Amino acid sequence: MKIYDLPDKRGHFGPYGGTFVAETLISALDELCRQYEHYRNDVEFQTEFFQELKHYVGRPSPIYHAKRWSEYLGGAQILLKREDLNHTGAHKINNTVGQALLARRMGKRRIIAETGAGQHGVASATVAARYGMECVVYMGSEDVKRQATNVYRMKLLGATVIPVDSGSRTLKDALNEAMRDWVTNVSCTYYIIGTVAGPHPYPMMVRDFQAIIGNEAKQQMQEEYGRQPDALIACVGGGSNAIGLFYPYISEENVRMIGVEAAGKGIDTHEHAATLVTGRPGVLHGNRTYLIQDENGQIIETHSISAGLDYPGVGPEHAWLKDCGRAEYVAVTDDEALAAFHALCRFEGIIPALESSHALAYAAKLAPTLDKDQLLLVNLSGRGDKDMATVAEQSGISL
Amino acid sequence: MNRIETVFSQLKSQNRAALIPFITAGDPDSATTVAIMHRLTQAGVDLIELGVPFSDPMADGPTIQRSSERALKHRISLKDVFSMVAEFRKSNQSTPVVLMGYANPVEAMGYRNFIQAASQAGVDGVLVVDYPPEESAEWVRNLKEQNIDPIFLLSPTTPESRIKHVAELASGYVYYVSLKGVTGASHLDLHEVGNKVSQLRSHIRIPIGVGFGIRDEQTARSVAEQADAVVIGSRIVEEIEHSPAENLLANVGALVESLRRAIDAKSAL
Repeated sequence: MKIYDLPDKRGHFGPYGGTFVAETLISALDELCRQYEHYRNDVEFQTEFFQELKHYVGRPSPIYHAKRWSEYLGGAQILLKREDLNHTGAHKINNTVGQALLARRMGKRRIIAETGAGQHGVASATVAARYGMECVVYMGSEDVKRQATNVYRMKLLGATVIPVDSGSRTLKDALNEAMRDWVTNVSCTYYIIGTVAGPHPYPMMVRDFQAIIGNEAKQQMQEEYGRQPDALIACVGGGSNAIGLFYPYISEENVRMIGVEAAGKGIDTHEHAATLVTGRPGVLHGNRTYLIQDENGQIIETHSISAGLDYPGVGPEHAWLKDCGRAEYVAVTDDEALAAFHALCRFEGIIPALESSHALAYAAKLAPTLDKDQLLLVNLSGRGDKDMATVAEQSGISL
Repeated sequence: MNRIETVFSQLKSQNRAALIPFITAGDPDSATTVAIMHRLTQAGVDLIELGVPFSDPMADGPTIQRSSERALKHRISLKDVFSMVAEFRKSNQSTPVVLMGYANPVEAMGYRNFIQAASQAGVDGVLVVDYPPEESAEWVRNLKEQNIDPIFLLSPTTPESRIKHVAELASGYVYYVSLKGVTGASHLDLHEVGNKVSQLRSHIRIPIGVGFGIRDEQTARSVAEQADAVVIGSRIVEEIEHSPAENLLANVGALVESLRRAIDAKSAL
């Protein structure tokens, strides 16, 4: 089959991706492209990256067979790629380790990051502490309220958290503000984007750092099950955990790839974040991709019970994988995600993140339609400790 | 000669720099925007940059962000912006109007529809902040076919090789962003601006405007000594934000008249 070699030199995945930013950032992005292009092929860099993933992050993360839950659902076997067991509790750290090592080689002592739920902010603050860098995290003031524990966690790690009061006061506005900081402090600052969005080379670079997930899975599946799964299932906000799992499998055409978006209160309401399922292509945050927007091209506020999926855009590679039909994208509601959250707690003794619960919810729908010898590999991208207050509130309990 | 070329060639013969104000379309409302445009021309501006409001104005500081939010409260769309320009053109055929904004509203309308509507409304130039030259080949070709000037930004971080590339694509004028930062910032280094403008002149044949961070008469005058045009946005938008409705036109007019005098004082030096 045709070798998959996207993006092109300027970061295009078909019509998506690219570099749609104001002039002041172009030279910084060009420099980042040059440096990344060098270090992605540098043995010493790659060796340090994998050493850090092994000894600091705790990789490889295991694949766990959710046997009791699979039996209860009565169909395909559900396997979980346990990214929740990583240091800091999610896949986000794979990327921040990679980018911090790059920033250090580029001589940047100050890193900035945007965060929604706070997981990427925590992962950035963590590596900043680990490598002795200054760290500033932008977070929508709504999210600062919703995620107080993560805000405190970042502060403990020595980061400065700046609440963002513009727009909808959520992740997209935090990203806008981080971009503004970067424009202003471009010579001394490295911007760690947390997902596979933003201008080139971020979607490619973040994908490459997250591809450890799929690369490990391929090897583990072969060793432990003697074959590859029938389908991969991962939640998609910006899409970094999903692309990390999918990317190494793109050429394995008999493995289905299913991205699960947040349908919030339902895709027929205005309160959801199902960008690929309901959106239209446009340009935001430096790349061309699907967006949730009104007829005039204004970005619409999104909703999801999971702050990490509450984003009106999506990585451009997912946009391309959707259009060319290689991956399927579906959406599950807040309620379906919550039901899967509780099921995993009760059947397997694992408290999943609400983001990952979206992938679990779709697995729970799909599994009963398949034979018992089929294998579904679900990316359990994060643990749910950060979501205690949200889940308790849904059950009418105040902690 | 189109309106932009005409204005700059007249100014050149008078040894004067252009004064270019920026306001956001629909701030505080559509009718007032057209009235402000007329008041600006009375106050002696040479060209008007009209901002198209966008929900996520990444290159703008808080002042222009708020103006966008005010306009979007009235759901101002590109169609409304074109209506404002057409309304302005009913009684003003000479002052060029340049639309300035972000890519997504243009993408939502489609290149061709956008350019056709802009041309019909009497728009002279378009600056899309997040369409850098690398992503703009087709966009520029389509604009030029309709005799609309593609205006591009240059910044303190633009290397020489890119200046040449922009010089090939741009027409009308280029807009030099005088500092690393967002609109409305206040750490302008006039000496550095002077050096960079001289460097730009060796590659760029069309007029060079300078903007971002110009907030007072003295800075405006100093910039006018170096550049062909002085662009002032946040300071004027602030005046619109803080003026009570009944004094808005008078306040904006008075502010711009004082800036005009400061800029013209350079040629009297």
